[in-house]
Amino acid sequence: MSAIVKTVSAFMTVPMMIFGLYVILHGHLTPGGGFPGGAVMATAVAMLIAAFGLSQSDARKKDAFSLFESIGLLAFIAMAFVGLQSTFFANVLAGHGWIFGSSVSYGPNPGYLETGGVIPIMNFAVGIEVFAALSAVMLAIMLHRREKHD
Amino acid sequence: MIDAQMLAVVALVTLGLSAVVFRKNMIKIVMGISVIGSGVNLFLVSMGYREGSTAPIFTASRNAWMSLPTPQALTLTSIVISLAVTALMLSFAVLFYEKYGSIDTTKRRLKQ
Amino acid sequence: MKALRHLTMAAFFCFLLAGAMYMHGVGTPERTQMDDYFIKSSQEETGANNVVTGILFDYRGFDTLGEASVLFAAASGVILLFRRKRNEQ
Repeated sequence: MSAIVKTVSAFMTVPMMIFGLYVILHGHLTPGGGFPGGAVMATAVAMLIAAFGLSQSDARKKDAFSLFESIGLLAFIAMAFVGLQSTFFANVLAGHGWIFGSSVSYGPNPGYLETGGVIPIMNFAVGIEVFAALSAVMLAIMLHRREKHD
Repeated sequence: MIDAQMLAVVALVTLGLSAVVFRKNMIKIVMGISVIGSGVNLFLVSMGYREGSTAPIFTASRNAWMSLPTPQALTLTSIVISLAVTALMLSFAVLFYEKYGSIDTTKRRLKQ
Repeated sequence: MKALRHLTMAAFFCFLLAGAMYMHGVGTPERTQMDDYFIKSSQEETGANNVVTGILFDYRGFDTLGEASVLFAAASGVILLFRRKRNEQ
């Protein structure tokens, strides 16, 4: 691609990543959550691939994305197991004052970040998983096409 | 009397199914399946809509008259699964192209 | 053959249109007890302002577990389909 496309996409990568992280971390307060935020972050990777093409180390990057995909899913399941003292997927952190544990009363409020119990942690795990899964899929297809063309 | 949302659902499902039935290009068939999925998602969300309601989010909301949250949650599930299925179908199309030299579904001859 | 396909599609379109005509109207759902309970008690029980997220990760966590597993399986399937064969290296 041309120098303009490369420069603009290099500048835009950081805001896109930060917006994706914002959508993930505010998933229990505003529209969004792990799935849309992870998709936004994967879009940044797609833009980088489209602008800069593939490099020699992309096979290892695909393996790293695959590893992060597994880590995200395992963290999600582990957070489900945390609630096992009552039931699977029980929200044990909500309203107990520890991390993300402020209690909320019914009704509209301006939105407090330290609420939600296990929900923000699960959102983050799912966000990592979606980001890594979509990036790994794109990298796998692109690497395959490059091998066929060479 | 037909609601506008239902008309849109009918149009989307018919368009997608027409693409699946009449097109021979595999990419266009995948696009048709995605359009059918969009129609079904629109159906689910509009079934959970209440007259004059807001989104079911309490952050700085004006009132507590909210549309039904369960169809929206299940629609989110449906969107993610349709994304995964689309990725799988497109990669099958790539493999089909490499094996047969074409993505035309009527030409199923091995590449020489 | 082509005419038969067009006729079938037209019949299906008419079927969908008739179904939409007799559909329960948009905007007035009945049987909303479960969703009213979610809206009323989601903030106190899960602490999340976003009721949809509260349902997704707390009340119906198994749905989300299956969804994440399906995404994981699809991504693994794509990576497996495009793996490098050992004798080609």
